[in-house]
Amino acid sequence: MYSDTVLEHFNNPRNVGFIPDADGVGLIGSSICGDMIKIFVKIKDNRIEDVKFQTFGCGAAIATSSMITEMVKGKTIEEAREVTNEMVAEALGGLPPGKMHCSNLAADAMHKALDEYEGRVPHKSRAPLFKKGEGVRGGRGEIPSEEMERKPES
Amino acid sequence: MGRRAIYMDHAATTPVHPIVLEAMLPYFSKNFGNPSGIYPVALEARKALDDARSTVAEVLGCGPGEVVFTSGGTESDNAALRGAAFALKGKGNHIVTSSIEHKAVLNTCHSLEEFGFKVTHLPVDRYGLVSIYDLEKAINSKTILVSIMVANNEIGTIEPVAGFVKLVKEKAGGKDIVFHTDAVQCPGALDLDVNKLGVDMLSLSAHKFQGPKGVGILYIRDGTPFATQQTGGAQEGNRRAGTENVAGIVGTATALRMVAEGRESNSQHCQRLRDRLIKGILSQIKDTRLNGHRTLRLPNNVNISFQYIEGESILLNLDLLGIAASSGSACASEAEEPSHVLIALGLPPEVAYGSLRFSLGSANSEKDIDYVLSVLPGIVERLRAMSPLASTNE
Repeated sequence: MYSDTVLEHFNNPRNVGFIPDADGVGLIGSSICGDMIKIFVKIKDNRIEDVKFQTFGCGAAIATSSMITEMVKGKTIEEAREVTNEMVAEALGGLPPGKMHCSNLAADAMHKALDEYEGRVPHKSRAPLFKKGEGVRGGRGEIPSEEMERKPES
Repeated sequence: MGRRAIYMDHAATTPVHPIVLEAMLPYFSKNFGNPSGIYPVALEARKALDDARSTVAEVLGCGPGEVVFTSGGTESDNAALRGAAFALKGKGNHIVTSSIEHKAVLNTCHSLEEFGFKVTHLPVDRYGLVSIYDLEKAINSKTILVSIMVANNEIGTIEPVAGFVKLVKEKAGGKDIVFHTDAVQCPGALDLDVNKLGVDMLSLSAHKFQGPKGVGILYIRDGTPFATQQTGGAQEGNRRAGTENVAGIVGTATALRMVAEGRESNSQHCQRLRDRLIKGILSQIKDTRLNGHRTLRLPNNVNISFQYIEGESILLNLDLLGIAASSGSACASEAEEPSHVLIALGLPPEVAYGSLRFSLGSANSEKDIDYVLSVLPGIVERLRAMSPLASTNE
């Protein structure tokens, strides 16, 4: 169902991680819809000096995230702004039809990171996304946390 | 190193057993006749059909006349619900089902709403169990049909259906409330005796128990109100028109008898592997959760949520290592929603999206389980390292 390029990026994603002193952070999607992409950019002399991503999502979401970081690293802001979701999909050798909308949002996340750098949006996307220890809630009351087996990392 | 092929998606489908295939083969060409004919090649087919029906009846503990062959589990569910609802529509319009039924039941109920039927979806507790008190409260004077599954396909929870039937029949008094159950996941795992269950209708699908795809069974208890949905010839006692899929039906009966005979040893085998896999995952990977009930559970079902990551990405990694499993979450199956079953348990969507189902079969071994356990922690760790939900940078 996925092209070899998608699988290659999925298996060896480039630029995974976060930039602690990022100049811009862009977040798109939400865990509710099953895909969430967060892009961090470091800008120097109008160029994307460094870019990293964190993604919650399917194979396509991870591969597009990896691909966008490769496509824009070292580019000027203007050049990076021209990169679209469709170009990312094309660079990956295409995506399955069902994935074109829900999981092909990496370029949007990157544009949002640039927006933040350029002051078009306040720096609010850096707020914590997930409160630790919230556990599993809903339904007929809280599911006891002991059911979510927690074992300290050894 | 050759690529491994470990199949752990038996709840999706199973391979046709060689004995089953062998039994089917003569009915494609040698004994190709239409069972409605009167000449020898037709009589061969007729005899095979009658024998198959008797075999199925024996396993279900019913009469051969109560067995209807269909094109699969989905058709059986459709025929049962529509057949009972339309037969009883002069007497009431209320249908009760659970919120964790297969889509074949849920979407059929939904479609019946367009014909004026009202549907109550019973909630489930955190283990996936329907409460008998909720069922009791839901039954009213308009209720004509109840459909609750024997065991859930995603989380493996086994519902106490026999008790539900008893309650419904008591509440019904003399009037008709038909009780249907989807038992598609049960052959090879649970007793299918329809009199122990007490149900009026029961659906099965052959390809879930090493039979061929495209054949289903619908048990209809004698005297159950039923409006035929597929009309045409008089086949299947006027309850399902169309020339019988003789080869498929022969295969279905052969497979059903085979899995019924091997039920105990297969259950024990699967349950041992199931418990090893569950224990291994929960103890080796933190922030994981077993979905479904710990003991009231199909012997071959393992359903686990892995917090902070999404199911398809785990599946893809497993697939690259030769392990076939499935995600309850639907991104993999191109639907947009997280599993309605996991949501009904009360899981938040992002946890539901991060859930996997391993469904085991007789061909799986302890070595397979240990192989899965040897690769899964690394996969989860790698994906969590790229997840914004798991990150510790904030």
